[in-house]
Amino acid sequence: MSEKLIPLTELRERKAQPVKPNPEEAPHPDLREELFELEAHGELIVQRVPEPYVEVTTKFGRTKKVPIDHLWHHKSCGQCGHIPGYTTSILWLNRQFGIDYIDPTDQTSCTGWNYYASATSNAVAQLLVMCRNFAAAYETGYYPLIHCGTSYGHYKELREQLVHHKDLRDQVRRVLDKLGKPLVVPEEIVHYSEWVHVMRHRIAERQVIDMRNITACVHPACHYYKIVAEDAIYDPDIYGGQRTATVTALLQALGINVADYSTWFDCCGFGFRHILVQRDFTRSFAVLRKIEVMKDEANPDMTVTHDTGCVTTLDKSQFAAKAHQRRVGVPVLADSQVAALAMGAHPFRVLQLHWHSTDWRPLLEKLGIDWQRHWAEFEDDLAAIERGEKSGLTWEDAEQPILTR
Amino acid sequence: MSVATWSPTKAGHRYAEVPEEIKRQLFEEVKSDPRYPDFLYGCYECGICVSACPSARFYDFSPRVIAQALAREDIDRFYEILMEDIWNCAQCFSCVRCPRGNNPGGLVTLMREVAVRHGLEQAQQALQGYSRVIYKIMLKGNQVSPDMLQPDFFPDWGPWVREFSRNMTAWRKAIPVDTLRNVTDAAWRTDDKTLRELYTIWFETGNMEVIREVDEGLYELLVEIMEEELEAAP
Ligand code: SF4
Ligand code: SF4
Repeated sequence: MSEKLIPLTELRERKAQPVKPNPEEAPHPDLREELFELEAHGELIVQRVPEPYVEVTTKFGRTKKVPIDHLWHHKSCGQCGHIPGYTTSILWLNRQFGIDYIDPTDQTSCTGWNYYASATSNAVAQLLVMCRNFAAAYETGYYPLIHCGTSYGHYKELREQLVHHKDLRDQVRRVLDKLGKPLVVPEEIVHYSEWVHVMRHRIAERQVIDMRNITACVHPACHYYKIVAEDAIYDPDIYGGQRTATVTALLQALGINVADYSTWFDCCGFGFRHILVQRDFTRSFAVLRKIEVMKDEANPDMTVTHDTGCVTTLDKSQFAAKAHQRRVGVPVLADSQVAALAMGAHPFRVLQLHWHSTDWRPLLEKLGIDWQRHWAEFEDDLAAIERGEKSGLTWEDAEQPILTR
Repeated sequence: MSVATWSPTKAGHRYAEVPEEIKRQLFEEVKSDPRYPDFLYGCYECGICVSACPSARFYDFSPRVIAQALAREDIDRFYEILMEDIWNCAQCFSCVRCPRGNNPGGLVTLMREVAVRHGLEQAQQALQGYSRVIYKIMLKGNQVSPDMLQPDFFPDWGPWVREFSRNMTAWRKAIPVDTLRNVTDAAWRTDDKTLRELYTIWFETGNMEVIREVDEGLYELLVEIMEEELEAAP
């Protein structure tokens, strides 16, 4: 019996090896093949990923095409409503790289936040909200890039339901017919952080802010890699392929020291319903299970994540905890904001850091950014708006990096 | 806490007065959802889902008990979960690392839908204070908007909310993204046609009936606005 046991040293050795998954052994069939089959039977249209795209590896070793150009920005209501620098940074990056994109007004949110919070909807309605947005993107010829982690996770789950349940497809088609829209599903559901991920070396080439003295903790977003896990990007060079590579790979490409902490798998505490009407849970979880653990184990200069709810929760939950002498005070940024900042985006015109509540000033100071000067510039913008000399900021005002090479 | 109150097999007596056929009917409604077979394959009772679950840490809540009660069709326990537990779930789906392939968070979603559809009192309580969000999502297609960030609603977010509230109009104009600039009652500017399509979806899928169960007054208000908008369509 005992000679059959694997020695501990060998186990350790095996664990140290990067995971190289075999797509043949993936637990589920490749949904894209099922989609193409449905298309061949005339059931739906599959919108192809346009060229140019980059192929990345996902959790079970399959490849996924991430489009670079011709993007239809499926915005996030939580980002646009409460953290607008998140969206602004994504679009600023697109503009810096000369990407051809559409920022649509023919778009609703996925309404998934409400669904996960209150369940005041149903499967068919949720499918239709998704399919209406996908049809709107398809009509323009541009490819949907999903900004919200929740929309991304929700759409992946809905896509599975659509593929596996003919009755749901029939119900969806009936209403789409009424709206005069085709049933279209994109070949890949792509999160903006995957676009940032595949652009990371190009972003690093244009980096003007040295970030090598910065330590960051990463919070991977639950709805990015836990719901329909096989679609998330994994890379044997990042955490040995045992965790998703998005965000971390970008930070490493920018020279940032990514520090580990033991509760990385925990959610942020958002809870959908809780963040709005039961925040005692949200605050406690965010502080006790995330921020304090990061602080105690890694003492980071910032935490970086890639979803709406995570940025909101981790950032806004820290204020009340200060009153209880909890160990808080870690600024929270989205990966798009970090990428834009590295390329010299204005901290207020682009990153819109004044919408964040945990103090970001020490981070900017450590990066050698004179935030007072840039805040004064932004205050001049606000004053011009107040005086009616300007109706608002434009890309022309925001395009210019604060530093050039 | 005694064994009798935590054990999923022995604790099924807290709603003894509720007729069995009602519990059974609600259970069958959950079970008949087309997603149900994708969310439950039995349960090893390994507890992996519990170790990953944020709500299990802070509430008397267990995804394992949910999976197990449903797999055993223990309708007494099911009913307790429906009445007491489902609104504690954070819907993070950390529990989908279940080695059996279960999705306990998904089961919670299905149970919540049934609770809402039947206007159960607990569902209404859980959604108290939530009506303004439903109003926004149904009418604007956005969950949140800048004008919802008010100090009396987010006092725990500190002085930042007050500062934001004072400056909202100017700050909102100082965003270079065309679809966001100067929009305060929604997250971005949406076409009227898009919203009409959204309203059609809500009506055609029975979603408005769900809202009626949660809040009759809100339902009437929404229907009035939506119908007016749909009638005014060019
Ligand atoms: S989805 Fe619900 S049950 Fe599952 S881990 Fe998250 S909080 Fe727990
Ligand atoms: S992880 Fe799955 S099998 Fe294990 S207790 Fe939870 S539901 Fe049951």
